[in-house]
Parts: sequence; C-alpha cells; structure tokens
Amino acid sequence: MSLKLKALTKSIWVYHLCAGGSCNNCDIEILDLLTPRYDVERFGIMLVGSIKHADAILVTGSLTRKAVECVKRVYEQAAKPCVVIAIGACACGQGMFANGPNTPDPVDSVLPVDIYIPGCPPKPEAMILGIVKLIGKLRGKK
Amino acid sequence: MEEVSPVKIMLKHLFNFIIFPGFLFTAVVGLAASWIDRKVTARVQWRVGPPWYQPFIDLVKLSIKEITVPKGASKPVFFMAPFIGLSAVILSSTFLWLANLELGASGFTGDLIVILYLLTIPSIMLILGASASGNPLAAVGASREIKLLLAYELPFVFALVVPIIKSNGLLKLQDLIAFQAANGAFASNISGFLAMIVAIFCMQAKLGLVPFDMAEAETEIMAGVYIEYSGILLAILKLTKIMAMVALPLFLSTVFWGGFSIWKYVVLLVIIILMRNTNPRVRIDQALRFFWKKMTFVAIIAVLLAMIGM
Repeated sequence: MSLKLKALTKSIWVYHLCAGGSCNNCDIEILDLLTPRYDVERFGIMLVGSIKHADAILVTGSLTRKAVECVKRVYEQAAKPCVVIAIGACACGQGMFANGPNTPDPVDSVLPVDIYIPGCPPKPEAMILGIVKLIGKLRGKK
Repeated sequence: MEEVSPVKIMLKHLFNFIIFPGFLFTAVVGLAASWIDRKVTARVQWRVGPPWYQPFIDLVKLSIKEITVPKGASKPVFFMAPFIGLSAVILSSTFLWLANLELGASGFTGDLIVILYLLTIPSIMLILGASASGNPLAAVGASREIKLLLAYELPFVFALVVPIIKSNGLLKLQDLIAFQAANGAFASNISGFLAMIVAIFCMQAKLGLVPFDMAEAETEIMAGVYIEYSGILLAILKLTKIMAMVALPLFLSTVFWGGFSIWKYVVLLVIIILMRNTNPRVRIDQALRFFWKKMTFVAIIAVLLAMIGM
C-alpha cells in the first residue's frame, strides 16, 4: 500500500453536515463516536469545523428544498479527494419523509454518496463498521 | 588562521538551516512533541489516543489534498503567508539550537532581540493570511489574534528584560548561557523565577493553545484564522505551530534556565499540556485583562527586583 493511500485512509477528518430537516438524533450519535467509549481519534478520525479541512462529509437528516443549494455549495468547496457518508434512514433513503412536500430530493440525487449507514439512528458501532468498510473499499479490497 | 572558502561556509549554513538543527530536526522533534501532546490529552480524557505516526500522517495527507482558494481572496498574500511564517520559525529554531549545541562561535550580539522579533512573525503572517482570505470568520479570528498579540508582547518583553539586567546587559544567547553556567540559572533567583512564570503564560498564548486559543476556537468560529486554508498550505501552518512548540520552550530554557537539556524541555512541555487540558478557553477581553493587568504587573515587579539585585 502506498504512503499516499495510507495517509488518506489513516487520517480522516470529518465534517458534519446536517442537511436541513433532522431530529438531531443522528448528530448526537455521531458525537458519541468522539467520546471515550468509542474514541475514533485512535484511527486518526477528527471532527473539524471547516469544510476546507475535511476528508469526509457526514450527511444526516432529510434534505429539504431550501438546503439543496447549500449542500451542493458545501460539497463544491471541499478539498478533493473527499468522500460523502450518508448517515441515518433520512439521509440514506428519505425515511419517513419520503412523501414530504418539503423534502423532494434524496441526498444521493445531489451528492455522490460513497457509503450508506442506515438506522434510525444508527448505533456508533454501525458507524464504525461503515467507516471500516469504506476504508476497505478505498484501499481496493473486496 | 586557516582560510575557509565562502562556498563551504554557505553550504554549512544551508545544512544548518535545512537539515540539522534547522528544519528537519526541529520538525521531527516537534512531531514527537505534538504526538505526546495528543496522547497525553487523550489519556487525561480517559481515551486511548492516536498512534505515534499520527501527526506525520496528518501532514502527509494534507499535502496531497487539493488547495482551494476563495473567490475574493488576495492570492499573493494568501499563498505567501504560511511560507514566510514557517521560514521565520525555522530561522529562530536554527539560531536557538546552534547557540545551545555549538558552543564557541555562533550567534552575534543582539540575537536575543532578533529571535524575539522572529517569533512574532508567524502570528503576523497568520493574521495577514486570514485577512487575505476574505472570510468573515477568518476576519474575526484575525482580529482576536491581533488583540492577543498586543496582549502578550508587552509582558513578554518585560520578562526578557530581567535576564538582560541580571547579566549586566548581555544580548547574546551564548553569553547568557555562559553567564548562567558561571552564576547559576536566572530562574533560581526570585526575579528570574517571576519573569519565567510570565514567559510561560506568554508562551502558551504564542502557541495559541487552550486557554488562549480564541483565534482558532473551532467550536465557535470554526478554526477561525485557518478556516479557508486547505491542502499543503494548511499543512505548513500546522507544521509552523508544531515547530513553534519546540522553538519557544527552547528559547525559554535558554534565556531563563541555563541552556537546553532534554528534561527541561520535557518539564516545559508537561506544563504546556497540563495547562491546555485543565483550562477552558477564555474570552479575548479576559485574556487582554489577564496579560495587561496581572502579567505585566508581575513582570514589572520582576524587573524592579532584578534592578535591586534580587
């Protein structure tokens, strides 16, 4: 494995993007990952405040009509290579808001989602498993 | 006396600047210190913490990422600022290492003052780069950094006056080390001790660590001064900060504590890490009040005590 690939997968800085309508439960579960119980800094994963520093965008919540443009612009501003992770039932499909008038677009119609982590909300273990699978995919393992 | 060709002298200086003890050596020591900082922070918070190569691999990753430039940015300043800041830190750490390691012929009269100015340049470059990016949050961060700079420079200069008074006006780092070797470290006197405490607080603010990290405050202004930087420019800014974590404790142990040794560096690093982990972030007005009222007062007392020979 080259140093480049190793560096990209061993130091994933994540940016947390709540796409409009969300009950905040997924957001709270994401913050759980940083607590001493799960401690994802072991794997070099850090939460950053600026999209320019991010290597992964965690999208939560159902995408509202107003948020579509903002989400697009956030993704365009990210320094590439950058992966997109959809977390929770709302961001993966549209969850219970599939027929909502204010949430016409699923997240993956706007952003190139690399991995889906379903659940309402997904457990922190599920998110870690998702990240492990994503790293395996990036490193070219089957 | 033996003639040494100018080419050889230049090569030696380049070697000193780039490899040992300048850029590479300081960067390696700084990466190790940065890992210790993160690991100890993690242990304090009852976590496991990152592996030993984490700071290095962060820098590698940042350097292969795309550089994004904001639309309204002033490009020359935005690109130049991190490089100038890094070279200032490299230069000051080269001076400090040479003064400590190569006893005999290095340095010049007044290099203490030169280093005082060189250590200010990274902050100024950070202010310039952040202002050039055109981001409102970066502007908030830059304004906080300016206020912090104004706050800590005054007590820092006062604290540095104490060793100069005590050594009857020596302005050369090696002379200061030699003087302390003959007469005992300045920090063993009451005035030198007070000045060193002031300098330690100023060091924390210069490094931009908690409790004085309001310029980058990632929970309120999203990394503030760093917000628009990405890719290798961000890596250089991080490296500047990491190297300052070597240069500043080195400076303090040279000026107040009789020269560098590994245990002195470890003690200063432990003080930095403990202060960082046991304090909340203060507001900028609280920091200003702290430095201008309390620290300047203590520093002036230290200067007066030094003048009457205590």
